[in-house]
Formats: sequence, structure tokens, C-alpha cells
Amino acid sequence: MNLVELERKLIAAARATPPNDRVPYAFEKRIIALLAVRPELDGWAQWGKALWRASAPCVAIMLLLGAWSYFAPAGSTSTSLSQDFENTLLAAVDQNGESW
Amino acid sequence: MEQTDADHIAAVLKGDTARFEVLIQKYLPRVFATARRYARRDDEVEDIVQEVWLKAFQKLGSFRGEAPFEHWLMRLTVRTCYDFLRSHRRNRETTFSQLTEPENDWLDRFVAQPEAASENADAARQLIERLLAELSPAARLVITLLEIEDRSVKEIAELTGWSVTLVKVRAFRARAEMRKGLAKIAKDKYL
Repeated sequence: MNLVELERKLIAAARATPPNDRVPYAFEKRIIALLAVRPELDGWAQWGKALWRASAPCVAIMLLLGAWSYFAPAGSTSTSLSQDFENTLLAAVDQNGESW
Repeated sequence: MEQTDADHIAAVLKGDTARFEVLIQKYLPRVFATARRYARRDDEVEDIVQEVWLKAFQKLGSFRGEAPFEHWLMRLTVRTCYDFLRSHRRNRETTFSQLTEPENDWLDRFVAQPEAASENADAARQLIERLLAELSPAARLVITLLEIEDRSVKEIAELTGWSVTLVKVRAFRARAEMRKGLAKIAKDKYL
């Protein structure tokens, strides 16, 4: 079977029959009715709404962390934040040295 | 004085939704014809067309008027049709072994005497429809626009939003898919 010729024939068949452009009765009325029902999407309004929703949990977390840092017992043995950071960073090296 | 598309669009953007109906009436046949290239069932075609107009209404503010409204609308239509094809891939698994009698007859005629098999036969149209349904969404879109609607690569790039290079790559792959489909027909029928 000559597939190139078959392809040409079938494409020609598709070209020879343009699709129907018939419109169902009162279709435009249906779309207009849908537009009236469907609220218009406003990107900025959606974004603003999302921010407002997120604000309450953010404030709650902020208050909890504030309270925790204020009321937490000062029994920590560390001398400073920089010392803690250095210890954490070099912990792997220290352990590596010990294993040898 | 007859009002232009730009006048209607300006009125719609000012809140006169009823003026959108004028645009719908004017371009509805074109949108229906395009949707029928990619969907067969009436309810699917109507869903696509409805989706196109709802999107057009929502995005009308982004129409800048640099190109005709019809071009902007056709871009939206083609992209909606592509989305439809991607979400309806389940229909692609049709087998060529289940060809109808007229399709089989047409193929037999083609094999015996290629020039005797008419391009205007319904069977040929059904066969190409079957073949297109087997293609991936991108391949079907490219073959339809490039081969059937005879559009240029640049036009397709504008309609689909793909780059010219991507259109060329997809056209190459689409032709390969077509040949594979045709080979499958030949194999199922004659081997």
C-alpha cells in the first residue's frame, strides 16, 4: 500500500469538507444568560480576599511566638546565639574527628 | 452609522453586557466551525463554544485592539480546543481493525487502483477522522492547522502561543504519528 498517497488522499478528503458552521437555535441567548449568572472573576479581588484570610492565622502565630519567647524559662545553658550557631555548624566535623 | 467591533467592546467594558450579544451573533458560526474540527459530539462542541465565549467575556479587558477582534477570538478558540483535546485523551484508543464496511471498501479500492478511490467519499472522511482521533492532542492540532486548514507555521505559532521552532518540531512529530497510524491501518488490514 502506498502510504504517502493514502495520506495525501485522506488529507484531501478532510480539506474537501469544511466543518459545518450551523449554530443551534438561540445559542447566543444561552451564553448571555450564563454571563448574567456567573460572577465576573477579578484577580486582584481574589488576591485581596486570600490575604485577608491569611492575616488571622499569621497574627495568631505571631502572638503565640511572642508569648512563648516572653514566658519561656531562661534556663538555657548556651552563652550566645553565635556560639550555638558555630557549635551546630561544626557538629559534623567534631563527630567526624572523634570517630577516627 | 454602523458600529464596529471596537465600539461594541468599549460598551461591554463600560458595563453594557447586552452589547456582547452582537459580537456573539457575528462570530458564533466561525467559532462553531472551528470547534467542530476537534470535537464530534454536539454536546462537546457546544461546551467548547460556550467556554470560548465565557473566557472571551472575562478576558475582554486584555484585548488591546492592535489586531482585529476576530484574530484574538480565534486564538482563544484554538487554545480552548487544544485544552479540550488534552482533557479528552481517553477516546484515542480506537482500533483500525474495526473499520466499517464502506471504509474497508474504500481502502480496497485504493489498494487496487489508487486513483479510483475518491477523496470526496464519506468513507475517506471517516477514515481521516479516525486517524486524527488516534493522534496526540498537539499532533492533531498541528495537522489540522497545517495540513487541513493550510496555515503557515507563523500563523500556527500565533494561534497556539507556541514558538515557531516548537511548531516545526511538533509538525515533524505529528507527521511521524500520522505515518505510524497509516502503517497501523495497512498492517491491521493486510497482514
